[in-house]
Amino acid sequence: MKNLSNRKFIVGIIFLVIGLVFTVRLFTIQVLNDKYKVDSDNNVLRELVEYPARGLVYDRNGELLVYNEAAYDLMVLPKQVKEVDTLAFCSLLEITKEEFKEKIEKAKSFSYYKPSIFLKEISSISYANIQEQLFKYPGFFVQTRTLRKYPRNSAAHILGYIGEVSQSLIDENPYYRSGDYIGKSGLENSYEYLLRGQRGVKRILVDVHNREKGSYLDGATDTMAITGSSIKTTIDIVLQEYGELLMQNKKGSIVAIDPKTGEILSLVSAPNYDPNMLVGRAVKKNYPVLSMDSLNPLFNRALMAQYPPGSIFKTIQALIGMEDEVITENSGFSCIKSLVNCHNHPTAGNVAASVKMSCNPYYYQVFKKIIQQNKAKSFYKDSEIGLGLWSEQVKKFGFGVKLATDLPGVKKGNVPDVKFYNKWYGQGRWAFSTIYSLSIGQGEVEVIPLQMANLAAIIANRGYFYTPHFLKEIDKTDTIPSQFTTKNMVGIQDKYFTPILEGMYGVVNEPGGTARRAKIHDGIIVCGKTGTAQNPHGEDHSVFIAFAPKDDPKIAIAVYVENSGFGGTWAAPIASLMIEKYLTDSISTANLPKEQRILEANLMDVKVKK
Amino acid sequence: MRRYGNIFANVDWVSIMLYLALVFIGWINIYAAVYNEDHHSILDVSQRYGKQLIWIGFALILALIILMLEGQFFTSFAFPIYGVVMFSLIAVLLVGATTNGATSWFEIGDFKIQPSEFAKFATILALAKYLSMLSINMRDIKTKVVAIAIIGFPAVLILLQNDTGSTLVYAAFVFVLYREGLSGNILLFGLLAIVVFILTLIFGPINIIITAGFAYILFYTLLKFDLKVTIISLLLYSVFVFIFYNYQLKDNLIYYVFGGSLVFLLGFLIIKKELKDKAIHYVGIFVFVITCLYIFSIDFTFNEVLKEHQRTRITVLLGEEDKLVEQIENLKLARDANGINKEEQQIISDDIGAKKFSLKELRQGNGWNIKQSLIAIGSGGFSGKGFLEGTQTKFNFVPEQSTDFIFCTIGEEWGFLGTFLLVSIYVALFLRLIYLAEKQRSIFSRVYGYGVASILFFHFLVNIGMAIGLAPVIGIPLPFISYGGSSLWSFTILLFIFIKLDSERLNVLR
Repeated sequence: MKNLSNRKFIVGIIFLVIGLVFTVRLFTIQVLNDKYKVDSDNNVLRELVEYPARGLVYDRNGELLVYNEAAYDLMVLPKQVKEVDTLAFCSLLEITKEEFKEKIEKAKSFSYYKPSIFLKEISSISYANIQEQLFKYPGFFVQTRTLRKYPRNSAAHILGYIGEVSQSLIDENPYYRSGDYIGKSGLENSYEYLLRGQRGVKRILVDVHNREKGSYLDGATDTMAITGSSIKTTIDIVLQEYGELLMQNKKGSIVAIDPKTGEILSLVSAPNYDPNMLVGRAVKKNYPVLSMDSLNPLFNRALMAQYPPGSIFKTIQALIGMEDEVITENSGFSCIKSLVNCHNHPTAGNVAASVKMSCNPYYYQVFKKIIQQNKAKSFYKDSEIGLGLWSEQVKKFGFGVKLATDLPGVKKGNVPDVKFYNKWYGQGRWAFSTIYSLSIGQGEVEVIPLQMANLAAIIANRGYFYTPHFLKEIDKTDTIPSQFTTKNMVGIQDKYFTPILEGMYGVVNEPGGTARRAKIHDGIIVCGKTGTAQNPHGEDHSVFIAFAPKDDPKIAIAVYVENSGFGGTWAAPIASLMIEKYLTDSISTANLPKEQRILEANLMDVKVKK
Repeated sequence: MRRYGNIFANVDWVSIMLYLALVFIGWINIYAAVYNEDHHSILDVSQRYGKQLIWIGFALILALIILMLEGQFFTSFAFPIYGVVMFSLIAVLLVGATTNGATSWFEIGDFKIQPSEFAKFATILALAKYLSMLSINMRDIKTKVVAIAIIGFPAVLILLQNDTGSTLVYAAFVFVLYREGLSGNILLFGLLAIVVFILTLIFGPINIIITAGFAYILFYTLLKFDLKVTIISLLLYSVFVFIFYNYQLKDNLIYYVFGGSLVFLLGFLIIKKELKDKAIHYVGIFVFVITCLYIFSIDFTFNEVLKEHQRTRITVLLGEEDKLVEQIENLKLARDANGINKEEQQIISDDIGAKKFSLKELRQGNGWNIKQSLIAIGSGGFSGKGFLEGTQTKFNFVPEQSTDFIFCTIGEEWGFLGTFLLVSIYVALFLRLIYLAEKQRSIFSRVYGYGVASILFFHFLVNIGMAIGLAPVIGIPLPFISYGGSSLWSFTILLFIFIKLDSERLNVLR
């Protein structure tokens, strides 16, 4: 028989090997593997997100335009959900049984142990009902969120709306998380970083039953929510509402600016919509309706619609002509209708008269002098040099460039330059005769209503403008970005504005002027210029720019009414009512019939030419 | 004359120090595991940590009493002690209280005692006594039968109490019997059985039978025929296996082919009278049939006999969770594939539902326990989260933290340093016990020493193995560490009887 005492080594080795196996296993899971540390944190750490209240928005007089209203998200923790009376629960929440199942499944697939949103944005009224019953349904609880509310029901295009952040943005910007809200358009979008504030995170420890057990690291990693900054805008909400009222049943826009500062007093795009339609759960229902509407109420015409400016463009032509010294303020040109069509009026003997009477052949001849300055021998080359210089000058007026205002989606319009025509016709294949329509603001030139209003402000200021903007104060301090406080010179000497102002005075106040309807009364002198943009698709568009009072301009305005014919008929009276409303806070008795006429007008159903 | 003042004469201080270290580690970790801020004193007897201190006090008194007794006492009364404890095991079945489904407690007022704990040292005493009798030889069948009866009797009684964990502990005696002369093949055979068991559960019985068939042909042909026969047989077999898998034939075919081959072989043996050593052929066939039966019985026992919760204890270890997740994904793909009619879709959907249910059971029941246990230990890192700082422990993610899963608390709060130290202390104690046992002059003391080491080792193996996901969940305590009076006392008695016997080894004649 073998020596059995050697078996002590076998037994000892077995014990040692098991000890070694355990040690290796422990080393693997405790030291080499980090997975369990993450799992352990996931078990006990819960992040409570505290959503900051979004910043408030006021108008220039301190009227509240946007505030927050409490809304409630119903949360579910699948682990704690017990078998309950599903039918009663569904009727309480006003959802179907299928929806209930689907939502529960979704929550479970997200996490069994972590809460997720079951039903979003319950209104405070439904919340009151639900809260009373909620104790019967373990695993469900309510988390407070805020919704935007617009007490004045207007200025939708300016204020914009907020919505849930998209996945692509979450991937791009680490601040945002799924379910966060972000400004999607308007000021909500441009001042998102001011309005949103800073999310607060509280980390707590929970036990196996998900009961709170105190804060993580005694709150060392917790952050407080910081409320969003409130902003004061330059809007005069009373004027804005009045503008929206005047524009009802019309298509077009109004932009009013304080010429001294570039502050936008009102910006109306018609047709519009109630901003409260795009809040919370209503978005799902209303957004498709609004976006399918053939009148396109979501489209902000004041910033995005590019129209030919029509005759208001003549003011720029006259100014450039004088600055280039190809004409003087006393230059006269006869009304030769064979050059370009015109209406019957006395001959314009000077610049002021030409503005007042809006003579087309006059500007044909002025523009010809601007373009053909005999700087080159070739007929074509000469036009090219002329147009090159001209387009640079026009762009200084903010035309054909994107005005750096504080709303997203601003279009730049079009001021055709050499490159444009070379592409269009080919180099050396165009000359003044090809492009003469530009002289009266037709043809390829396109501007947006904001640029038109800015033109009125430039004339009122006799040669400069501040970039039109909406931001007045941030958290009650008036430091705003320097781009809004920089004077932009247009490169025309002060003295050349005198005849233009005189002409624009005549337009409204003298016999033979094209917009006598814009006169308010002798107390407020309005200067303006009409325009009628030819519209190949239908009735012409009616344009009017103006400013007042003449000697100390406080408001510059542009009104553009689509398909309404001659500028003096509709656009001018609307502008005059807006000016009167802004300067005197009311409409004088004498002008009430004018107001009545506008309010009753329906210019929507104009037949469209095929 | 012995002097009571000198009861510590010749005792092994190394073992005693290791014992005290374990008891102390146990006490402070029980404190951490059930720490209650309202009762923050570690001496508060309304809490488990206060009570454990009392149990420790009693345990030390028991140790002292044992040291004061004479070693002769245990050798003389080995069988009577065994008898009394066996009687109490029977009694507890009749009048005992049921806790957690096991009828293993005597309740006297607030005091509860578990006789199965004391059956361990009683069994070792009886076994030691029997094996130390003159004219005992492990090679005798009779010796084996009696030894197995001494071990098996309490094991069966404890199994009747529905305490599977404590029953399995008696498997530890295989080490004792091995040391006393049981063939080493038994150990290897046991190991093989476990490996086949696990492989069958993972790969299914058919694959294992095919593999066994391959091995059998290889050995049988090599042993009884020449190399040519071996190669030809294996080639034929391989072709058959290839066809079987490639055309996904029915499982039954394997049984028919194997059964047919065996019948043919038997017939061949009977007809060919001139063949020599027929016995070895019959034995070969017999072994193969037994192997197949064993493999079938695993599959059958596992799926038909074991209860759901017992099954999950094992399947969790074998990665059942990942397997189920994968199966569900595949079924979903099959369901959404083109060209499937409504009926088939319904069948697949039902299947998915059933699998999802099992997954849920797995994740919430034992699967959850093992997962949380691993998270607790794993998240301890190298140096641990610190005393009383274990979040898994504090916030009750780990079940049975002060008893069966106490190792989680140690792993979480003391990290790898703590667990390594603990494993080292245990291994040191086991090796010390074997070392001391080998030094004994009497067979009784040696058998007893090996018994103590084996019992402690088995608890260590299963308890820690379970906590770190290497063994199925079997509810047995970690010696000297887990909370509980009965287990602490029984382990203390177990160990100190040996320390006493060891201290007197020089007085004992061979």
